[in-house]
Amino acid sequence: MSPNNLIGGSAPSDQLSSDHLLGIQDLSAADIELVFRTADGFKEVLNRPIKKVPSLRDITIANLFFENSTRTRISFELAEKRLSADTINFSSSSSSTKKGETLVDTVNNILAMKVDMVVMRHPDPGAAVFLSRHVNARIVNAGDGTHEHPTQALLDAYSIREKLGKVKGVKVLIVGDILHSRVALSNILCLQKLGAEVMLCGPTTLMPRHVASLGVKVEHDLDKALRWCDVANMLRIQLERQGSDGIANFPSLREYSMLFGLDLERYKRVGKDIVIMHPGPINRGVEITSEVADHANSIILDQVENGVAVRMAVLYLLAMRIPRAQGA
Amino acid sequence: MEAPLQSGASAFRAAPIFAPAMQSATLIGPKAFGLTIGRLCYQLIEDHGDLRNIALIGLQPRGVLLARRLRIELQRILKAEHLVYGELDITFHRDDFRHRAVTAVPSTTDLDFSLDGKHVVLVDDVLYTGRSIRAGLDAMLTFGRPAGVQLLVLVDRRFSRELPIQPDYVGKWVDSIAGQRVAVEWKESDGQDRILLNRSNA
Repeated sequence: MSPNNLIGGSAPSDQLSSDHLLGIQDLSAADIELVFRTADGFKEVLNRPIKKVPSLRDITIANLFFENSTRTRISFELAEKRLSADTINFSSSSSSTKKGETLVDTVNNILAMKVDMVVMRHPDPGAAVFLSRHVNARIVNAGDGTHEHPTQALLDAYSIREKLGKVKGVKVLIVGDILHSRVALSNILCLQKLGAEVMLCGPTTLMPRHVASLGVKVEHDLDKALRWCDVANMLRIQLERQGSDGIANFPSLREYSMLFGLDLERYKRVGKDIVIMHPGPINRGVEITSEVADHANSIILDQVENGVAVRMAVLYLLAMRIPRAQGA
Repeated sequence: MEAPLQSGASAFRAAPIFAPAMQSATLIGPKAFGLTIGRLCYQLIEDHGDLRNIALIGLQPRGVLLARRLRIELQRILKAEHLVYGELDITFHRDDFRHRAVTAVPSTTDLDFSLDGKHVVLVDDVLYTGRSIRAGLDAMLTFGRPAGVQLLVLVDRRFSRELPIQPDYVGKWVDSIAGQRVAVEWKESDGQDRILLNRSNA
């Protein structure tokens, strides 16, 4: 913390320890708390009649999506617009990467047009880290392959904090396809840094082999796991990633749903108010039924709402670290 | 906008600039502090009657301490609960974002009414360059279009303005130079009510 010696005794101040947001791995617990405190302010802004502040009006942000995304892209775009940043959008379907251009060339071409920050989703793990070493812009990782999805983990933890008043000591269960999930890895790292306990549940075939080395519990019986937890984060079965390596990881969706899907009957059997989360988009009737998704204890739509405030906080705090041009 | 209220100005003469050797001087002690708060309340009542059309808005972080005190005093004097009151954070509207080494982290905004048609009195503790008030005006306008806006400050460091902003109600005028710092201390947070003039060692 910096000493509080400003004229008029301004609020306590702090800075992120990193120039980029590449993964939760690089953040300290203090960084995450700073993002949350800043997001509190933006959440209030989003409830005003005019939901816009001028903080980033001299910043240009490129959204590069080399992999399909709807909600993350919309959430980032909205966050950027509400901060008054200028934005450009670029998706792989319309891009010259299809014509054989390398990632660094693509990005440098965009940066030549004076772009300050890049929000990127890419199918390859490590793409964001690679980019941060080779181009001169602040990078925000919006998902890189099966590696990390840091803003999702931040908004998930923020939503737990909002619902339960704390994250420390909370027991969080993550259910589903852990093997292919960047959401799971970022969530595990983020929750552990904040002092929560994490348990994973899913078929053996969808569990990374050495996952217990991350310091998480592993349980293959969903009923037992539910009795343990305060919060259940039901991951989406990523149908597009199943069988991509030529291996079917479970016999049928129906069997998966019977063993690892959460329906109202199973939820009631646990006999306590577990908070229900889902990173979306939901396969209704597969990992979670409609009654549970729309249950009073479900915070699925709060997650979406908080996503904008948390992304505003991340962009604001990173923009703070961009040196201002002389004479500007 | 009405002309600035000048009544009694001569009775509250500006404090002189202190000699450079002086480290800290008390401009207003606890007793005078209470009288000043009381006078500001009566000036508001003189201009606006029962304050039914007034919205009192304190600027975060330090202006709210004055606004809360004024609110309590006004409710006591008017024997009324109806005072429209809010607190406003200006962090995201500041013009020194990326100019300073430290990140500005927001305080809470608590303003659950529309300002459309209301007469707003913005409240801050020290008026110096005028930049905070400029940010406060911008932040305030995202809550509606008030019929009028006035500014109330406890300390006016006149001759230090960088923007054309003048207060309508002033607790005390202080003539000071850059390098000096006016600190308002509150019973609630600092132990006693007083206004200090410090030489900044920074």
